[in-house]
Amino acid sequence: MAFSSLNEFFAMGGHAVYVWAAWGVTALLMLVIVWHARQERRQLLNVVKRRARRENAQRNAQPSHAQPLQEPVNSAQKDVHHDA
Amino acid sequence: MWAFINKLRSPKWFYAISAKLQPLFWVAATLLLLVGTVWGLAFAPVDYQQGNSFRIIYVHVPAAFLAQSIFVSMAVSGLVFMVWKIKVADMVATVMAPLGAAMTFVALFSGAVWGVPTWGTWWMWDARLTSMLILLFLYLGVIALRGAFSSRDSGSRAASVLAMVGVINIPIIKYSVDWWYTLHQPATFTITGRAAMTMDMWAPLLIMVLGFYSFFIALTLMRTRSEILRREANKRWVRELAEETN
Amino acid sequence: MQRSHAQLSTPEVAIHAPQGGLLVAIKATLKRDLTLMLRRRGEVLNPLVFFALVITLFPIGISPDPELLASIAPGLLWVAALLAALLSLDSLFRSDYDDGSLEQLLLAPQPLAALGLAKVAVHWLLTGLPLALMAPLLGIMLSLPAGSYAVLALSLALGTASLSLIGAIGAALTVGLARGGVLLSLLVLPLYIPVLIFGAGAVQAAIFGEGIAAHLAILGALLALALMLAPWAIAASLRISING
Repeated sequence: MAFSSLNEFFAMGGHAVYVWAAWGVTALLMLVIVWHARQERRQLLNVVKRRARRENAQRNAQPSHAQPLQEPVNSAQKDVHHDA
Repeated sequence: MWAFINKLRSPKWFYAISAKLQPLFWVAATLLLLVGTVWGLAFAPVDYQQGNSFRIIYVHVPAAFLAQSIFVSMAVSGLVFMVWKIKVADMVATVMAPLGAAMTFVALFSGAVWGVPTWGTWWMWDARLTSMLILLFLYLGVIALRGAFSSRDSGSRAASVLAMVGVINIPIIKYSVDWWYTLHQPATFTITGRAAMTMDMWAPLLIMVLGFYSFFIALTLMRTRSEILRREANKRWVRELAEETN
Repeated sequence: MQRSHAQLSTPEVAIHAPQGGLLVAIKATLKRDLTLMLRRRGEVLNPLVFFALVITLFPIGISPDPELLASIAPGLLWVAALLAALLSLDSLFRSDYDDGSLEQLLLAPQPLAALGLAKVAVHWLLTGLPLALMAPLLGIMLSLPAGSYAVLALSLALGTASLSLIGAIGAALTVGLARGGVLLSLLVLPLYIPVLIFGAGAVQAAIFGEGIAAHLAILGALLALALMLAPWAIAASLRISING
């Protein structure tokens, strides 16, 4: 151990503000990033599930109906397919 | 092996394969970061010249390494996308950019904070911080350019071109900024410019670097899978998958 | 098929079938762009006026002390010239994009990289070179020490050529975007920094009587690299912007 007591550890020899600011912001940012990634995945799964449910309901209600519903996924950009 | 790599081009396969790999990297990241943190913060010996503030190195250096590696990975993915038209490559590139920008910010912030006890100032125009700042602008440019087009494919191709142009410039920028500042700042303190660190100082650094890289890979796998869901939402396999996951 | 002029007028008038060939296309592009730009005299003068205005602002905003100005003059001149060059980039492809001639350029059988290079060459001739030639005059206003004026002009001439090439990539990427102008600065300025460092460095070295050869050589190397790589990036970017 480089420190002889917990208090000393937190004090960081007078450099507490700097060390904990740097480490704190880093840790916080990484946690936020992970949380956001999980949130994003959950949202997308929900959207896909909703669509699947709706299409199943449609298919069950009208067995002759061949076209699946085209609900756009929440995105500002269009997927246009180019040939070049 | 080529067959395996070839399989990865299919979003469906990538989704399945990365599902198995992801937990590995999360576990690795958590373990490495935990061990590195405890070792670096509590057990590594105090630095003779800088005191305890040198412990900032354990987040600053890994973040800086990642910031640069991610940009290169992004450019390589962009190249793969442009040349072989592999969409998964573009999805990976899209997902890596924000993390790269975040790591660049972390490197900048921790570097600036480190400067206060070291140089007595909140911002110092030294070669490393300046290069990091420019890298941040490059990241922001790629992200902004990708989103500025109304068609996703055009945005992806434009961002790929910019990433490739940027990656060629990064070593040039680093070299010129470095050269400029060695001219203009004769004998200032360089953050890691000292004689060899002792083993019990750089071992935790290595562990932290590995931890950060594992984190990067785990997060990229996770977000690429989300991106696949987003882009392939109208495919049958995605619908069936959603129905499976309760 | 329409009856050609030859059939309508005297038989002595021969119709020359359009000659293909790379050189012809390049010369045609050069001529066209030169003519068009020279017609818009205002657009050609804009960067120069901007350059002069910005240089005027600094003594007002900082301090008119000649010694202070002399010490920062190389950087000021270079940054102002760089910004003036950046400003002029937006118009490089925009008017051609708007009236459809850019699309025609894409459809031409000649390599787009070569034609793009021709356009950039005209841009440099009418923007970068005038900036380089005007800079010594503004250097006088900033009390630039003697012995550095020639280097100032030379470094700017070399440097603005690279700036035109690199900037054209950004201009090509953003030409189709609604608010491309702001994005253009963000994309291009980080890439400009090495040129700025060695350009201003050359002038500073001349002031202190040190060797300028190394700086100019590196500027030349950067230009060579840009000449080799930029045309392809410009062509790829133009295709993306048109097809998007």
